[in-house]
Amino acid sequence: MTALVRSWQAYRAISGAWVRAAMAYRASFVALALGQVLTSGADFIAIVLMFASIDTLGGFGLGEIALLYGLTGLGLGIADLVAGSTEQLGRRVRDGSLDTMLVRPVPALVQVAADQFALRRIGRISQATVVLGWALLHVDIDWNLTRAALLVTTIGSGAVIYLSIYVLGAAFQFVAGDAAEVQNAFTYGGVTLTQYPLTIYPVEVVRAVTFLLPLAFVNWYPALHLLGRDDPLGLPGWVQAASPLAALALAAVAGVAWRGGVRRYRSTGS
Amino acid sequence: MKSRPGGGRLATYAAVASGGFRRYATYRLATAAGVFTNSVFGCIICFTYLALWQERPDIGGWDAQDAVTFVWIGQSLLMTVALFGGGFSDELADRIRTGDIAVDLGRPVDLQGWRYAEDLGRSAFHLLGRGVAPTLVGALLFSLAWPANPLTWLAFLGSVTLAVTVSFAIRYLIGLGAFWVLDVRGFVVVIGFVQLFCSGMVLPLVVFPAGLETALRLLPFAALIQVPAEVLLEKSTGWGLLAALGSQLGWAVVLLGAGRALTRHATRRLVVQGG
Repeated sequence: MTALVRSWQAYRAISGAWVRAAMAYRASFVALALGQVLTSGADFIAIVLMFASIDTLGGFGLGEIALLYGLTGLGLGIADLVAGSTEQLGRRVRDGSLDTMLVRPVPALVQVAADQFALRRIGRISQATVVLGWALLHVDIDWNLTRAALLVTTIGSGAVIYLSIYVLGAAFQFVAGDAAEVQNAFTYGGVTLTQYPLTIYPVEVVRAVTFLLPLAFVNWYPALHLLGRDDPLGLPGWVQAASPLAALALAAVAGVAWRGGVRRYRSTGS
Repeated sequence: MKSRPGGGRLATYAAVASGGFRRYATYRLATAAGVFTNSVFGCIICFTYLALWQERPDIGGWDAQDAVTFVWIGQSLLMTVALFGGGFSDELADRIRTGDIAVDLGRPVDLQGWRYAEDLGRSAFHLLGRGVAPTLVGALLFSLAWPANPLTWLAFLGSVTLAVTVSFAIRYLIGLGAFWVLDVRGFVVVIGFVQLFCSGMVLPLVVFPAGLETALRLLPFAALIQVPAEVLLEKSTGWGLLAALGSQLGWAVVLLGAGRALTRHATRRLVVQGG
């Protein structure tokens, strides 16, 4: 437990320094955060524009798609804020700055995630939160305690699933340092894929994001339960509440991968 | 950069352009990673457009095959026209901020011309390295609308070159912004959004409500993706083709001209501190 507390303190100290640094250029910070709101919101504006000429997409209305969009966007937003910096791992391996992190008494993953902490990433979080709020006002959900709890755990699980993808991506960069962009296909690609109802994809894609990389648990299965929709794959009902399990499983895989990466890491020596 | 005494100005620019090409060609693994990512995104967007066209099979006067083809043209041009910014303009802004720009201005080549040559080299690599392979993936998985007339490819190549030129001119102006503000990253992000949206990358302009579409076509950003795509899709033919290429050329001239004027203005007030 003390190790966990120490990690958290280190994370807060490092990220806090970066926040103060960013605040030294306040106008830049505001512009960058605003830019994040706009860029991450572009897809939603596109969806709204589509709905100027259609009533449903893949059998789902605008409010329901907004719910999917908000949930997945919020999950990625939180993960990106917490650990978006891990994308830089390949560069750290190249320039040797990972070495200093490995000899400090704080887990390297914590340092890699906290270094270059970018508070501007709350741009995506706020944009997704607004869309989610709008969606909750516009969809018909038969609220009860279970459903409310499901909504909260979904956001948490979504964040953990995306966090795990970031860590997996970083671990992959131990092997292929220049291939940082591959993980964009799973983080930003994942968010793009899941912001639409999965009914629009071939069933193989739905199976892949259920059993292979559990992106569908970021929003799809819990949303089916919230909206009282049938599961096109016809999986048992408990799957719709299984997001925390999927998140934990992926986190475990990511942890193993990261450890494996650190173990086989060989310094550039420069 | 190799210097070529007596090689003439064109030879210098050609050397700069080939340097720009090779600079990006060096990172093969990064290119493969990019191809993978472009392909994944292309597939996802194709399915969303197919769903949209299933609801409205004639939206914007395009059919589903046009829409799917547009996706892969967009993925191919995304890096080619550097829609997210980056490349030389970050470097230019950085050199202005540090004062290194004084060295560049002392070189016996025109600053804008040199950077343009470099960016043409970069874009040629991105078109080949990041454009062709994802499109092949797209062609394997989806049915694409290839041009009926082989000459269309030639027109497309011309249109892409003009698109790169417009994109270069915009990024050059952003980079020059560093003469006036310390940190241009804010500009870069905001312009990035505007380009993403107004170029047709997020959604083809034909799907936009009519009034909005007309307005967006009046801006230079349509020249980046929408116009070249319509050339390849043979939506712009005959006089329409000339008008399309003409609008791109017009924006290129205007924006390059603005860049030249601004360079002159900025360098006149440039004071480099020694030390």
